[in-house]
Amino acid sequence: MNDDRYEIRFGGSGGQGIILAAVILAEAAALYDKKYVSQTQSYGPEARGGKSKAEVVISSREIDYPKVITMDFFLAMNQAALDAYFYDFKPNGLLVVDSTFVEQVPTSRVIAIPFTSIARELGRELVANVVALGAVGLLCPAVGAEGLRQAVLGRVPPKTVELNSKAFAAGAEAANAFDLDSLPRSITSDEEREI
Amino acid sequence: MDSKQSGTISLLQGNEAIVKGALAAGCRFFAGYPITPASEIAELMSINLPKVGGTFIQMEDEIAGIGAIIGASLAGVKSLTATSGPGFSLMQENLGFACITETPCVIVNVMRGGPSTGLPTSPGQGDVMQARWGTHGIHPIVVLSVSSVLDSFEITIHAFNISEKYRIPVIILSDEVVAHTRESITIPDQTGFEEVNRIKPSVPPEWYHPYEDNSRGVPPMASFGDGYRHHVTGLVHDVHGYPTQRVDEIDAFQRRQFRKITNGFYEIQMTKSTMLDDAEIAVIAYGSVSRSALRAIKMARERGIKAGLLHLITLFPFPRQTAEQVLRQCRAVLVPEMNLGQISREVKRVNLSSKIEKINRIDGQLITPEEIFKKLLEM
Repeated sequence: MNDDRYEIRFGGSGGQGIILAAVILAEAAALYDKKYVSQTQSYGPEARGGKSKAEVVISSREIDYPKVITMDFFLAMNQAALDAYFYDFKPNGLLVVDSTFVEQVPTSRVIAIPFTSIARELGRELVANVVALGAVGLLCPAVGAEGLRQAVLGRVPPKTVELNSKAFAAGAEAANAFDLDSLPRSITSDEEREI
Repeated sequence: MDSKQSGTISLLQGNEAIVKGALAAGCRFFAGYPITPASEIAELMSINLPKVGGTFIQMEDEIAGIGAIIGASLAGVKSLTATSGPGFSLMQENLGFACITETPCVIVNVMRGGPSTGLPTSPGQGDVMQARWGTHGIHPIVVLSVSSVLDSFEITIHAFNISEKYRIPVIILSDEVVAHTRESITIPDQTGFEEVNRIKPSVPPEWYHPYEDNSRGVPPMASFGDGYRHHVTGLVHDVHGYPTQRVDEIDAFQRRQFRKITNGFYEIQMTKSTMLDDAEIAVIAYGSVSRSALRAIKMARERGIKAGLLHLITLFPFPRQTAEQVLRQCRAVLVPEMNLGQISREVKRVNLSSKIEKINRIDGQLITPEEIFKKLLEM
């Protein structure tokens, strides 16, 4: 298909702030980067726990199908969500995991950062999603880091601006330690691609 | 679906856009009972209605919810309620009361998987026939479907306008996907669209016959408190609003209900055509599934297959004339639905010679573009 859809999925368990993180990302792309955006989610009837996923599609053109078809970017906040939602990953997609909870990764195009541990060190495990967004801003080419930072700070309660600002910066710093070019370009081997 | 107009862009959910549409259309009363996946509508109405001098009431259940909006509308206030399948079932009796009393009101049903409490957080399209025939007896009704956030805003305004103009309850069918998807849209200025208000009587109170026929078939409607005598009953009534057993009056009353809607087909029956001009095969779809269908026909076009999409906005009265044209032109038509075939039956009813194919998903998942595309390849 001749379009430039960039498809992002966040997966975790209910209560980890997965959907909020996706909403903030969508806001950044729509309001700061002026892109077409579609943000969807799926979750169970439980109030907490249970697998939850949220998706964002970003495009310079109008978006027809609102959900992810094949992922360019997958942020997995725990093992269960990674296992359940990894299936439609693009060969050159990027996987980012919270290494606090994820032990096994199904691809070599992966960046592992202990988002939840970093959040605990900042004093509130609750901000793990914002730590992750800090990393997303740096690693995800479809969204501008500064717009994302502003979207985060525009969303959070005024009293927590400082904490969330720190959390976002900590995530970005952790991601900065990785060199994206050192990852294999694709998870399919060269021979396979030639076929 | 052009969301890049001038103005401020906002990121909204389908449910939020319905609220914005309702307020823009002049809705000033909401009564209802929260239910997934429609709760955001009640929640946002409770926040926003007081700001514009409107009234929000959380009722004890959905039966009371629709009862209250009928009452508010009879008092002259544009009214909305919103629910999902289980609540919509409870509303059916009062929906009939709104029909026979010709009380304008708008009812949103955000469809989820059913029956019963079913699948609260998953989309479905199982309530299409219920929206048409859920309340008993012969009655016309207008059922509109929404497929995007922008749709949710615009179609809600249409719903209120149709409801006011024709004095008829209008049902908006959304689904869990449309309701919870956030998209970037630009809400146009308040002055950018037409707002229709019901016609009020201009005669002196002693001359007023609240159900008297006229060329449009829509009698002027006095509000309670306007000083006009206005008897309202669920029994079939004469021009004064009192119960009647006279066969001539019964027949005239019943037929007028249908005539007023038939007269308005040209503006009530809304559809959107994409790449249909030279199409040899077509998809007829509505709601969130039409989004998948739109992508599927583009995929088919890239393969050189002349596919088009007829996106139904109005489901009832079924846009028969438009569907007939598509059926006449295309050798095969595909109707994908998140039920076992409700609109596909309507399509078959108007079909002349085309082959009709179906895709039906009832597992709480949106039909994907890939599924539709694969079927198009076979057609």
